[in-house]
Amino acid sequence: MQFFAVVTGLIHLEMLPFLFFPGGDSLSWIFQAFFSLIFVVFVFYGQRIQMYIMIREIQGSLLRLKFIRDEGRKIALKTIKEIGKSEVDPAERVDRFLEYVTIRPESMDPAGIVWKLEHILDVREERFKDEVKLMAPAADETNINNLENTLEAAAALNFIYKVIRHFYLLGKKTLSLYIIMQIQMILPLIMREAEAYASALKAFSYGQPIGDGAGALVVAKLMYGRRKRKIEKDCVVAKISIEGRTAYVIKAEGPGGNVGKPGEAIKRVIEENDGKISTVIMIDAALKLEGEKPGEIAEGVGAAIGGPGTEQYKIENSILKYKIPIHAVLIKEDIGDAVSPMRKEIFEATEAAVERVKCVIKEKTKEGDTIIVAGIGNTIGVGQ
Amino acid sequence: MNDETDTTARKISSIVIIVIIVALALSLSALYQAYDLFINEDPTMGLWLLIGFIGLALSTYMLLQTRSRMKRFTLKTPPITTTIICSKCGFKNVRNFERGDYILKKLDSCSKCKGTLMISAIYRKVDEKGKELKIFS
Repeated sequence: MQFFAVVTGLIHLEMLPFLFFPGGDSLSWIFQAFFSLIFVVFVFYGQRIQMYIMIREIQGSLLRLKFIRDEGRKIALKTIKEIGKSEVDPAERVDRFLEYVTIRPESMDPAGIVWKLEHILDVREERFKDEVKLMAPAADETNINNLENTLEAAAALNFIYKVIRHFYLLGKKTLSLYIIMQIQMILPLIMREAEAYASALKAFSYGQPIGDGAGALVVAKLMYGRRKRKIEKDCVVAKISIEGRTAYVIKAEGPGGNVGKPGEAIKRVIEENDGKISTVIMIDAALKLEGEKPGEIAEGVGAAIGGPGTEQYKIENSILKYKIPIHAVLIKEDIGDAVSPMRKEIFEATEAAVERVKCVIKEKTKEGDTIIVAGIGNTIGVGQ
Repeated sequence: MNDETDTTARKISSIVIIVIIVALALSLSALYQAYDLFINEDPTMGLWLLIGFIGLALSTYMLLQTRSRMKRFTLKTPPITTTIICSKCGFKNVRNFERGDYILKKLDSCSKCKGTLMISAIYRKVDEKGKELKIFS
């Protein structure tokens, strides 16, 4: 009613403050004015304030990403100089490498896409190896593989930094809450991945075994001291006896950073034995869920192999042709552990995994059977 | 990689630091004033108290922000150990990882029994005390 009185001019304008801030004393007047101002500011500018806070948070992470990216480049360059002993400065070539892109084949007509993708990946790998040989002429095969892995990790860090910078700048330019919000929401996961790549880079540059190599390590323990032969691309196979069964154990050739082509190797062994294989057992590192302990072992069925999918496709095709059962033994770890130097829990889990593989063999096959045991993963820092 | 490598965080202007310190000093004096007015039972004490606390909160926040910006980023390198074992007498030696080490690498002969030394393990130890949530384990 008092408000209407003002509007209708029934009271004097000098009384206006006392209508809104009753009480009369200056202290309550100031308090009321202050809180009213805050209220008005938040009504009109709340979203913008929130956006600026998010931009600031992204900026902080971007600064850290830039540092990680630059450190990665420095480590890669230092390792190349140390190992490669090149007469020319490899910096320019390294910078060019970090910008390489791989274009996936067109999938509008999906028939034959696996082979197209495999071809592209083969070309990519050849190109990378050639580049590394030019950067580090004195490096041997093991070091070339390690350097290639180091550079790939540095390239991944460069890519992550550029994508986040793109969204940050785009968000600032457009002042779109949704662009900024989506990047801010996934930022903790991206930072975790970037830090994992940073520690992977160090592991690769020193040739240390990484968590992803758990599967390869299990098989390396089985084939240690036995006669081995090279099979297909960058893989080795040993024919051994486990619990009265003949086992072909396959892994990528170490100790250089290498995943090989286990799909091709398994296919070859199956063909060599005219399909008379009782079972295929694959051992690989698998991503754990939060709450699961690193180094937990899980069993299952199916082709336990990651990557772009070409090798999994080949394995599934080969076992389907001869109706061979396939079992998987998985060692759980998170993405950080998979690409960082192998942690103690995972190393100890490989011992338990060897026993688990023997259990599967005893339970699922008979004495005299022929089986394949394949250890999947990057075999950096793991011999055989 | 065209932009320059800058591994140290940006430096904070000394004027900003001076402004923050002055604001901090003024907030503290406002709080003292509030205390003085409280002794004299003056009702304006609340206003000074509010100003003092807001000023103190803002200047402390700004100071902490500048400190975190000044902090230099580092990439932690966990210690990696290499375990060497003699296959004959079981002699075990644990040392720091050296470039060229790999699991199942054969080394020189054992100094005790002349057996073959082999790298049996390379790993890092992770201290996760206090990190785990035991409630749902």
